[in-house]
Amino acid sequence: MKVLVCVKRVPAPGARINITADGLAVDTAYLAFTTSPHEECAVEEAVQLIERHGGESTVLTLGPAEADEQLRYAASIGVNKAVLLPIDSAEWDPQRTAAAITSAIQGIEAADGPFDVILFGNESADAGNFQVGVRVAYALARPIVNGIKGIEIDGDSLKARRESDAGVEVYALRMPAVLGVKEGINLPRYPTLKGRLGSKKIEVGQVVPQGVLGGQQMVSLVQSAEQVSQTIMLGNGPEAAPAVVDLLEELGILK
Amino acid sequence: MTVLVVIEHDRGALGPASLEALAAARTIDPVVHALTLGSAADGFATDLAAHGATVVHQVHHDLLADFGPEAWGEAVAQAVRALQPDSVLACGTDRGNEVMAQAAARLDLPFVANVVSVSAADVWDITRVRWGGSLLEACTLSAATKLLTVSHHAFEAGESPAAGATSSLSVELDPSLARTVVVQRVERAAGVTLATAPVVVGGGRAVGSAEAFAPLEELAALLGGVVGCSRAVTNNGWRNHTDQVGQTGTRIAPDLYMACGISGAIQHWVGAMASKKILAINTDPEANMVTKADYAVIGDLHKVVPAITAEIRRRRGV
Ligand SMILES: Cc1cc2nc3c(=O)[nH]c(=O)nc-3n(C[C@H](O)[C@H](O)[C@H](O)COP(=O)(O)OP(=O)(O)OC[C@H]3O[C@@H](n4cnc5c(N)ncnc54)[C@H](O)[C@@H]3O)c2cc1C
Ligand SMILES: Nc1ncnc2c1ncn2[C@@H]1O[C@H](COP(=O)(O)O)[C@@H](O)[C@H]1O
Repeated sequence: MKVLVCVKRVPAPGARINITADGLAVDTAYLAFTTSPHEECAVEEAVQLIERHGGESTVLTLGPAEADEQLRYAASIGVNKAVLLPIDSAEWDPQRTAAAITSAIQGIEAADGPFDVILFGNESADAGNFQVGVRVAYALARPIVNGIKGIEIDGDSLKARRESDAGVEVYALRMPAVLGVKEGINLPRYPTLKGRLGSKKIEVGQVVPQGVLGGQQMVSLVQSAEQVSQTIMLGNGPEAAPAVVDLLEELGILK
Repeated sequence: MTVLVVIEHDRGALGPASLEALAAARTIDPVVHALTLGSAADGFATDLAAHGATVVHQVHHDLLADFGPEAWGEAVAQAVRALQPDSVLACGTDRGNEVMAQAAARLDLPFVANVVSVSAADVWDITRVRWGGSLLEACTLSAATKLLTVSHHAFEAGESPAAGATSSLSVELDPSLARTVVVQRVERAAGVTLATAPVVVGGGRAVGSAEAFAPLEELAALLGGVVGCSRAVTNNGWRNHTDQVGQTGTRIAPDLYMACGISGAIQHWVGAMASKKILAINTDPEANMVTKADYAVIGDLHKVVPAITAEIRRRRGV
């Protein structure tokens, strides 16, 4: 089978997200970059599906040239092919992103045949637009379900499981199908040294992204109101235990 | 008719975030219409009227008997074509965002997810949530019909009595939309969950192993709570992802969150910040979790946690 997984390069901030002076971007001067966690799991799932059912996996991203790093990371844990849709900025609006990814997929499929499964993250970690995967699936006339935490392939169909407030919902989809994956579907592996070396050698295909501006345009980033709190120190080490238990009683937690 | 609110429900149980979406809609236009999908939602009419719905449009179709993202999205798209609202609001929940994305794709319209404020002019100025709530984005939205979801807790639900007339709206759903309808469902067992627990004892990387969570389990049990953890813990395979607190895990809101050996990275913090009180136990007095907490103990969690448990047992004689 053939599996495609779409990932986005995002900064990996620590204790606080700082914004550049012009208010237009996250200040990444001192930050590393990563793949959104949901998508990291989607990559792992793609590799596992191929390990189980045979075939070939491809990773695709639309992003700056540096997003090569995220493609090679996916390759280092076992994805076979990589495609970059290079853009001049950190991101495009969601409609434009979806249009570009759709047309790239159509091009790849015209040349190499259809993907049985296309995996997205449930939402990107930074923008969280909750829509790129759905738009692509609709444009390709394929079924999509989001929030997936389990995939079981059975012949030409698959069962996809997701959690809701009420419990677990199961969907049965005919392939070709598209799924939005959530972290927790699996435990992503770490790359081996051999995997890392191999990923340096793979050829990253390039597709010129096609898409017109969408109706949602970012103007600036705004820091959310910081919660300031005067921390009350209860003490140091195990000697603080009585003070903690006093607090538990005071808060009514220990009755 | 200007603003239409898509009401979320699960087999006839009204999603509380829907009432927040109605409150948000009232800030955009005094005339608010509501849309309910499936006959299981017919009973909401009175409640929706009390919360400001002038008209409740009810859609009935076999394919809407249970949730299906494509059937629901197509029904919303057809309602938009029939009713021609200026804007459509839904809840910024997993389902709400999924249904609106489906509707937007079908209508070929932009869709802005998880909005916290709106200034409605010709082009709308919107503030929305990024990074799961760690950051906000100011954006513009230009579209013939504005589609958005309302971030949970951004608007307060409140009563605002309106006529609440009901009207039946018919849709034509292609049988093929059954391809993404729930085929099986397993109800969650009753009991305390991470999202609803009154006390959460959280452990981070510093706990060190799966086995070393035993003292945290013991303390949580004594307090009638559950154990949570950071992503460093789930990535190491020490605990299941269902225990993860944060942006890509669960959002908790306990009376007390005890964060043990957790640095308080922004993605963890957004999942924990709704806790009423936070107590951090950390060796580093400068850790983000410590400086943001209400209370802190500076020290080794492996010594502090058992000492707290022992003190509780001593006082309670258990
Ligand atoms: C897009 C994205 C999404 C993410 N989503 C999540 C999420 O949902 N949830 C989440 O948790 N993380 C998430 N993360 C990861 C997050 O950025 C941090 O890497 C993670 O939360 C760190 O876990 P930690 O605090 O346990 O570990 P560390 O950051 O390593 O902190 C360990 C802490 O333990 C303290 N310590 C050390 N020894 C002891 C001791 N003996 N006793 C007491 N304290 C001690 C240290 O001082 C330190 O503060 C996400 C990251 C990204 C990029
Ligand atoms: N620039 C991008 N390149 C590749 N995939 C993307 C990109 N942006 C979003 N996606 C995919 O679409 C999913 C949903 O993104 P979003 O609509 O931004 O929440 C993500 O989890 C990714 O799988």
